Amino acid sequence: MLEASAEPRPARLPPEQRQVRVVSARSSVRHRLVELWRTRELLVHLTRSDIKVKYKNSALGLLWSMVAPLMQLAIFWLVFGFILKNGYPNFVIFLFAGLIVWNFFQGSLMTSTGIIVERAGIVKKVSFPREILPLSTVGAQIFYFSMQAVALVAVFLILQQSPDWSLIWLLIPAMAALLALAAGFSVLLSAINVKLRDTHHLVEVLLQLWFWLTPIVYPYEKISAKLHEWHIAWLYLANPVTPIVLTFQRVLYPHLVVTSTVTPPPVPPTLPVLPTWAPSTYALLDAALFVIGVALLVIAVAVFGRLEGNFAEEL
Amino acid sequence: MGVPAVEIDHVSKHFRLYNDRHSSLKERIIHPGRSAYADLTALDDVNFSVGAGETVGVMGRNGSGKSTLLKCVCGVLQPTTGKILVRGSLAGLLELGAGFQIELSGRDNIYLNGSMLGLSRKEVDRAFDSIVEFSELGQFIDTQVKFYSSGMYVRLGFAIAVNVDPDILVIDEVLAVGDEQFQAKCLERIRTFQEEGRTILFVSHNADQIRAICDRAVVLSHGAVLADATPGEAVRAFREHLGDVPEGDELAAPNRQLRASKRVEILGVDVVGGAKLHTGDPLNLRVGLWSDAAITAGMVLEIHRLNGELLVRTDPDAEGATIEVPEGECVVTVDAGIFDVLDGAYQVNVGMVGPHGDVIFDWKECAASLEVTYEGRASGMLAMAPRVAVEPRP
Repeated sequence: MLEASAEPRPARLPPEQRQVRVVSARSSVRHRLVELWRTRELLVHLTRSDIKVKYKNSALGLLWSMVAPLMQLAIFWLVFGFILKNGYPNFVIFLFAGLIVWNFFQGSLMTSTGIIVERAGIVKKVSFPREILPLSTVGAQIFYFSMQAVALVAVFLILQQSPDWSLIWLLIPAMAALLALAAGFSVLLSAINVKLRDTHHLVEVLLQLWFWLTPIVYPYEKISAKLHEWHIAWLYLANPVTPIVLTFQRVLYPHLVVTSTVTPPPVPPTLPVLPTWAPSTYALLDAALFVIGVALLVIAVAVFGRLEGNFAEEL
Repeated sequence: MGVPAVEIDHVSKHFRLYNDRHSSLKERIIHPGRSAYADLTALDDVNFSVGAGETVGVMGRNGSGKSTLLKCVCGVLQPTTGKILVRGSLAGLLELGAGFQIELSGRDNIYLNGSMLGLSRKEVDRAFDSIVEFSELGQFIDTQVKFYSSGMYVRLGFAIAVNVDPDILVIDEVLAVGDEQFQAKCLERIRTFQEEGRTILFVSHNADQIRAICDRAVVLSHGAVLADATPGEAVRAFREHLGDVPEGDELAAPNRQLRASKRVEILGVDVVGGAKLHTGDPLNLRVGLWSDAAITAGMVLEIHRLNGELLVRTDPDAEGATIEVPEGECVVTVDAGIFDVLDGAYQVNVGMVGPHGDVIFDWKECAASLEVTYEGRASGMLAMAPRVAVEPRP
C-alpha cells in the first residue's frame, strides 16, 4: 500500500520549536532577502523550467538560443565591417565582446519586466517570494550567455585569435557587476510594470536607444574626442553598461590601437579602439558598478515589497 | 492544545476596486490621482487561532472573505492591518495544480511544484513515489501536463500537496473536484493527516463535510467572524443567519431577497412523547409555524449523529412533504414513521422550503435532539430483525 512504499518520514518537531512565519502588511527588506536566500532552490527550478519550456517542441531546441545572437552578429559585421568598411581587423570579435554583454542585459530586462503580469496565475495562487520570478529570467540569461560564450570560443578558434590572457581575470568583476545590475533592474521593473503596464513598452523603446548609446558596434575611442570636446564624457560613461562592455572588449579584443585594414600600405592609418586605462581602472569601475548594482537590487527589493501588497488587485 | 499553529491576529484586508483603472501612463497623466475606486472590506478584524493538531473549518457565503483569509494565511496576500503567525511548514491548496507548467512533464512539475511548496530536491526525491502512486498517473508521469485530463491534473495537484509533508495544510474548496472515489481518497488522506497530529484549515460549503471532518468551525459573514464554535453550532449559525440551501451549496442572490422577506418561520419543534425513544418507536414531531400569507411549502428533515454523520435528508418535494401553510400561526404534525436505528444521540434539523427547494423560508439547525436506547444485542447503526427460515423442498 501507499504507506508501505513511502520511506519513513523524519520525526515532526513539536509545535514550539517550529519555525514561525509572520504575514503582515509590510515585511522588512532584510526579511525579504533572507526569504529569497532560503528559496534559492526554487530559483534554480524556475530557471530550468523557463529554458525547458521555451525550446520544448522545437526540433533544433536549444540551438535556437545561439541562432538569434549569431544572426545579429553577422548582420552588424556585414554592415559595419564589410559594407561601411570601418577597417578594424577581426571586427567580429570586437562586436561579439560587446553583444554578449548587451544580449544578457537586454534579455534580462525585456523578459523580466512583464513576468509578474505574465505569471499572474501562480502569483495569485501560490506563495513564494515573488522576486524569484524576475530573478529566474536573469538566471535563464546566464544560460544563454554561456551558449554564446561557446560560440565565441569557436570564433576565436576559427580566426586563430586569442584574448589577452593576462587580463582574463577582469571578466570576473565585470560579470559580477553585470549580474547585479541586471538583477536590480529586473526586480524593479517587474514590480513597476504591474502598476503601470506602459513600463513594458517603454523599456522596449528605451533599450533600443540605450543600445546605441553603448559602444558596442562602434569603438569608444571613435567618439571619445567629441565627447571630451563637448564635456559630456562623464555622462556617456554614466551609462552603467558601458564600463562592462569596455572591460569585455579590453580582454577579448586586446588591441588599444589597430592598423586599418582598408587603406592599402605603405601608410595605413592607425585607429584607436579603447581608452588607455590601466587594468586596475577597469577593475575599479566594475567593482564600483557591482556595488551600485547590489544597492539597486536592495532598493528594488524594497520597492517590490511595497508594491507587492497591491499585486492581487492589479493583476 | 498548547501552542497555536496559526494565529490570526486582528486581521483586516481592504481592496480598492477601481471603477475605471488608469493603469497606463497616459491615463495617469490625464487623470492624476483621480482614479475612482470603491473600498471593499474583505476581512474585518478577524481574530482567531488554530491549535496545533486541530482541524478548523471555515464557512461563509461567496464573498464573505473565506478565500481572502486563506490567501492571507498562505502568504499570497498581505493583510492591510494585523498580522498572522504561522508556526511550522505550510502547504496551501488554493487551487489544485496552480503552479503547473503545462508544457513540462508530470515529473518535472512534481519537482517544480514541490520546490514552490518549499521542498528541497532531496525531499521531493523521497516523496516522488508516493506522489505518483497517490495520483494514479503511473505511466503518464513523463507525459506533458497539457495532455492530461482535468481529473489527472487535479489528482497530481492534490497528490503533491499532501505528500509535501507540511505541518499545516490549508485547503480551499478543492475537494469539490474529482470523482467520488478520488474524493473519498482525499478525505481518507485528510483523516490520516489528523491522526498524525497535523493542523488543517479547511474551507467548504458542504456542511456535512464540515461536520464530518472538523473539530471546530468559523463562520465568516462580510469579512467578520460570525461564529467560532463546534461544527454543529457553526453550521447552525451559518444556516440560520445566512440562509443556506439544504444541499449545502450556495445559490446566488435571488434567494437572499426572498429570504429577507421571510414568509414562513419555524417557531419550535417538539418530539411527541419526549426526546427519549426506544429502537422501533415511531417518530412524531410537532412543528410550530408562522406565515405571513397562505403559501405552499415543503418540509425538509435532516437527522444526523453528533459526530456530524448524516443519516437522512428528506426530499421536500416528495408526496406528503408538501403542505399548504395558512396565514398566521399553525401547528404541523410530522409522522416520520418508525425510527429504526440502534442506540445513540441524534439531532434533527428542520427546514421549510419553497417548491423545488429553490427558496428557503426558514431553517432550524439542531431543532430537536433524540436519544435512542436499544436493549438488544445487535450492533451497528440500523435496527434490523431478519427472519430466517428453511425453504421447504419442492
